[in-house]
Amino acid sequence: MSLEPIVFWALAVLLVGSALAVVLTKNLFHSVLYLALALTGTAGIFLTLDAEFLAAVQLLLYAGGVITIVVFAIVVTERLVGDRITQTSRHLFNGLLIAGAVLVAVLTFVLRAPLPAARPPLEGDVTRAIGLALLTRFVLPFELLAVLFLVALLGATYFARPDD
Amino acid sequence: MPLQAYLVLAAVLFAIGLFGVVTRRNTIGILLGIELMLNAVNINLVGFARYNGDPAGMVFTVFAICITVAEITVGLALVILIFRIRRTVIADHLDLLRG
Repeated sequence: MSLEPIVFWALAVLLVGSALAVVLTKNLFHSVLYLALALTGTAGIFLTLDAEFLAAVQLLLYAGGVITIVVFAIVVTERLVGDRITQTSRHLFNGLLIAGAVLVAVLTFVLRAPLPAARPPLEGDVTRAIGLALLTRFVLPFELLAVLFLVALLGATYFARPDD
Repeated sequence: MPLQAYLVLAAVLFAIGLFGVVTRRNTIGILLGIELMLNAVNINLVGFARYNGDPAGMVFTVFAICITVAEITVGLALVILIFRIRRTVIADHLDLLRG
């Protein structure tokens, strides 16, 4: 009996709880804060999978960057005080139906598929392996990612430009 | 933990995110649901990478995270632009293209 299942289940409960809070809470600002919690929990899941580098990337880019810009967007588009920030949901039944159908479909597939039950022992440094793969085998997508970032930067600046 | 546990967790998170995308009326709320779904997919990728001993899945996760950041940036810029033109971010009120 190791510590790993306890950590996994604690993180799973945290993740599912905060994800439900993201989609169910009335206050949009609270929604974003719960999303930050969910993304941090995902970084914990990455740690249990021995992916320290990805946990760091997750915290820096997602929990740091994405949450900050979402909060900025809410501040720009809503009034932080008053009732404008509350949000209602619609089509609750349809949402449950669609999400439930997708969940059942994926779960039947996952539970039937022949999957490895135990993880192979670590071979060397995972971060080193990621870096080597990134700059050898996947160097073309890596460079294309730079182009994508340039396009996203220009596009976001263009859309959000001040009025002439 | 077997790989199934991670996959089931990711499937539950994906379904919750999908529920949010379908039911939220605020455009930013919909974007948050999309974030949850992409996040669930990342858990799958890292799980498969670890259990198959192949770092390619983790490299793919790096790409997925970076592309998500670019996506949310452009998405929020669009939301701000829409808000400036229509003074609303409620998805039901954005019916400019309705014939």
